[in-house]
Order: sequence, then structure tokens, then C-alpha cells
Amino acid sequence: MKIEKSTHRETFPWIAYVVFLAAAVFVAAVCVALGSVQIPLKDVGKVVWQAVFGGTAAQDVPNTFSSIILTVRLPRVICVALTGASLSVCGTSMQGLLKNALADGSTLGVSSGASLGAVLSIAFGITIPSLPFSGTMIMAILFAFGSLLLILGLSYKLDNSLSTNTIILVGIIFSMFVSSVMTLVIYFAGDKVRHITFWTMGSLAGSSYQNALVLLCALAVCGTVLLLHARELNAFAIGEDNARSIGVNIRRVRITVLVTVSVLIGVCVSIGGTIGFVGLVTPHILRMLTGPNHRRLLPASLFGGAIFLMLCDLAARVLISPLELPIGAVTSFIGAIVFVVIFYRSRKGS
Amino acid sequence: MKLLEVNNLTVKYGDHKVVDNVTFSVEEGQWLMIAGPNGAGKSTILNAISRGVPYEGEILFRGTDIRKLRTTALARHVGVLAQNHMVGYEFTVQEIVNLGRYAYRKGIMKGQDAGDETAVREALRVAGLQDLAYKSVLHLSGGEVQRTFLAQLFAQNPDIMILDEPANHLDLVYQKQTFELIGKWLAAPGRAVICVVHDLSQARAYGSHCLLLDHGKTASCGTVRDVLTPENLHAVYDMDVYAWMRRMLGQWEE
Repeated sequence: MKIEKSTHRETFPWIAYVVFLAAAVFVAAVCVALGSVQIPLKDVGKVVWQAVFGGTAAQDVPNTFSSIILTVRLPRVICVALTGASLSVCGTSMQGLLKNALADGSTLGVSSGASLGAVLSIAFGITIPSLPFSGTMIMAILFAFGSLLLILGLSYKLDNSLSTNTIILVGIIFSMFVSSVMTLVIYFAGDKVRHITFWTMGSLAGSSYQNALVLLCALAVCGTVLLLHARELNAFAIGEDNARSIGVNIRRVRITVLVTVSVLIGVCVSIGGTIGFVGLVTPHILRMLTGPNHRRLLPASLFGGAIFLMLCDLAARVLISPLELPIGAVTSFIGAIVFVVIFYRSRKGS
Repeated sequence: MKLLEVNNLTVKYGDHKVVDNVTFSVEEGQWLMIAGPNGAGKSTILNAISRGVPYEGEILFRGTDIRKLRTTALARHVGVLAQNHMVGYEFTVQEIVNLGRYAYRKGIMKGQDAGDETAVREALRVAGLQDLAYKSVLHLSGGEVQRTFLAQLFAQNPDIMILDEPANHLDLVYQKQTFELIGKWLAAPGRAVICVVHDLSQARAYGSHCLLLDHGKTASCGTVRDVLTPENLHAVYDMDVYAWMRRMLGQWEE
């Protein structure tokens, strides 16, 4: 009996988490090492070790290297990893909740909604006293949630079963509408707002340790909430009627997941702009490896999303070096292909 | 002992009353069949009992208003087998049956305990699914999928099982198998079944009681023998059902 239990358990054994973490740390180290200036992996290790634990481990590393690592690349890579993990866990949750493998912040238009909120708050100078950065973030969160309600409400009005086609179509129309409004706002706001490509394609260049801390806090809280709803997400992914029958509190779970996802997407967008398709690509690839059970899929998508986005960011930095691509261009390039693959398969299947 | 009482149930979609002032009750050991033409409100009654639609009137489980029960408490007493199962992803049979234990979880951090595992294993055995436990439901036949969700219901172990056309879309062998499985489940004390059927022969063969509906209203309610009379059926279906059934089945006599 014991053996049977351990071979077919629903959750990962702890050793799997060690492997995931090791993989993520290794990829992060590679991403810090590579770039316009190549730094040996060994030096990256030494500098980070000394920065964290003190001592004199990095004595023989040139000063330029350690300042590139500590002030430029490390905060950026940490922010990229946390954003990737957040977006991907959001995508996974929405795909479970809506029983729709094409649901994601970018395909539903939630990310565009969030960036409109952020742009509006900057353009009109909406801030909260004593918390200079939080106005943008809160507007992004509110707009993310508002867009989600609007899109799902409208889709529901059009088609009770919330089918893939309806949701995606409504999401795309909404995104285009929001982008046009955003372009107008940015045009008239002039210098106050960053360039339009930041909001439509995203960038985490120049992110700080402060950004990383905000992302970490948001991910710690929201990620925990989502991970604790793994069983409920399984029930939704099997079917809402079935979920009701087995005793899931449909309304409470739905609103909890939607609010949590909005908060997390809002925070990510206010820091890194719209980075599309991350929440679509990672769950799709991981589902083939771990199966659809959210008790495995959610933790896997945290690490998978971090690794995926770190690699995309690396590609954005080195592909046409010394110039840099917007990170969203890389993720959308991969994402659009995966989108077509999923759509084609689901059409053929049904 | 009355397990479930439904008093003056009315369900409206807009201004249209889909279910109009229906009253009935189910006692332990009873198998209540709900029959009637399309659009009579059969499935809507089931949706009201599982709190899937808002309703007027009251539904009592052992005297307690079900609206006062938590969703998990309701699920421990009342389990529903839906008519269609469109699973979105490649879940395994065992993962689906495991979810039948959701209402018994001890806390959000706790996994399944030994009791849950025994219940799941037993449910898989009763439904004859041991060999398919780790197969994806997307690769199963219609009958096997139906048995998977029936096994989930066995694991959920409610007092009342509510079934919406359990034999729909199934070929004859699976129809017989499904009804026999439900009959065996009902044999244990303290249980009851409410089942929507289209086929009046099934209602007669397996039901102990019947609620006959017509345009959302009760046409007749009582034991199968009292309800499914030629007169009652003629009034609801507007045809001689007995003669039609005899003609259909008479073809097979040699």
C-alpha cells in the first residue's frame, strides 16, 4: 500500500523542489554572467556570495565586474524571475478557473487594462501621499480587476458557456480598444509617461532591488493564496457543475482567484509593463510534463515561469547586442506560435 | 424518516415559471424518478436542490433548510451526477474520484488521510475502474467516463444521490450496468436516490416512486404504480403511452 501511495501521489516529493530551485538558480547565474560584457560564472558566484554573506571571497574579481553584477544585472534578473513566476502562476490559475487553455492576462486583455490604469495614474498624477510609487500600482490593480470583470461579464452575456472563441475575441477587441485609449493618453501626456513600447512590450531593464522586494511580497501573498486553491482549481478545470456537486463554494473561490490574479498582474504591469503570453506558454509546456493537476502544475509553473522569462530576457539582451529587444517582443513571438498550436490542437480534437 | 422535503418550489427564468409550486419528499430507501416531457422542469428541480439556481419555496434536508448549510456540508449529504461531463484537461480517473472527498478535507493545508484513500479505492472497485485508475479521462469511452463520475459520487458518500439522465448517451450494456450500480448503492440503510429519466420503462423498472411533471407543475406524485397509469400519462403526453410501449416491445416477441 505504501508503495502504491508514493508512486501516484498528487503532489511533488520535496526533492523535486530542490531540483527546480537549483535549475532556477543556475539559469539566473547564467543570465547574470552573459551579456555585452561576459563575466565568468565563477566570478558571479563569488560576488553574490560576498554581497550576501560578507567576507572576502570576491577579492580577485575586477571592480567593474562586481558593479555590473550587483547594480545592473542581478536586480534585473531577480525582477525578471519574479515577474515570470507571477505571470505564469496567474495564467495557470485562470486556465483552470475558466477551463480554457488559452486564458492568460494578455489574451484576456487584463494586462492591457492594467497598463492603461498605470498610464492614467502617471498622466494625471494620481498618487497616494507618502507612498510615491503606490498610486500607479493601485490603479493598475484596479484596472486589471475591472477589465477582468468587464471581459468575463461581456463574454457571459454573449455566450453562457464562456467558450474559447467568445472569451478570446472579446479579450482581443478589449485590448485593441484599451491600446488606442492608452496611445491617446500617452500622446497628450507628453514627457510625463514613459515611451509607449514600455507599456505595450514591457521591459525590466533598470529595475531595482526595491522593485524586486515589491514583486517578492506580492508573489509571496498572492502565490500562497493561489497554491492553497489547487484542489478547487482542479474542480473548476473538470467542470463547474461538478465542482458545485462536490462542495466547492463556487462564488467565493471564483472571486478570490480573480482578485488575487488581478493584484498580481497589476503589480507586475506597473513595474515591467505588459509582457505578453508568459502565462500561456509555461503552463502549456508544463502541463505536458506534470499533467493538469494543479497541485503539481501550480508550483511547477512558478519555477517554470521564472526560468522561461529569464531566458527570454537573456535573448532580448544578447540577440542583437549591443542593442536590446523589448522583452515582450520575445515572449509574444514564442507565445503566438504556442497559441496557434494550442488552438489548432483543440479544434482538431473537438 | 424523510430525508429530503421540497415545499412549494418555484423557479423562474425571467417572468417564465420553469418550475411552478412543486411539492414532494423522499424517504430513506426510496428511488424517486422524475419524469415528464421535454421542458417540464425536471433538470431545473435538480439544479435547485444542488443550489445551482435561485428558487422560491423551501428545500429541507432532514428538516434543515439547505440554504443554511455550508457548501461542503451540503455535499456530504447530497451528491449530484450531471448529465454531461466535458472535462477540460487530461485528468486521470483517480484524480477525479479523489475530488469526491473534497467535502471531507480537514483543512486547506491537509492532504487526504487513510480514510479518504480507503473510500477512493473502494469507490474505484465498486465501479469496476481499478485497471483504469491512472488513465486520462479524455481517452475513455462514454460509459467509462460516466462510471468515473459515479465512482466520484460513491467516494463522496452522500445520503441522497441526485442523477440527471444517468443512462443518457450510453449503449444498452452500460445503461443496465449504471442502473444496477445505483440500485446496489441504494441497498445500504439511510440512503435515497432522486433521478431524472426520459425513458418511462426505466422509471418503471428501477423507481419506487415517481414525480410526473407537466409544464413545471406536478401532474402526479406517489408510488410508480399509482403515478404511471394510462390516464395520467395520457394527460401529460397527450397520447396513449401504454399502447405505444406495447407496440414497441411487442416487436421483440417471437
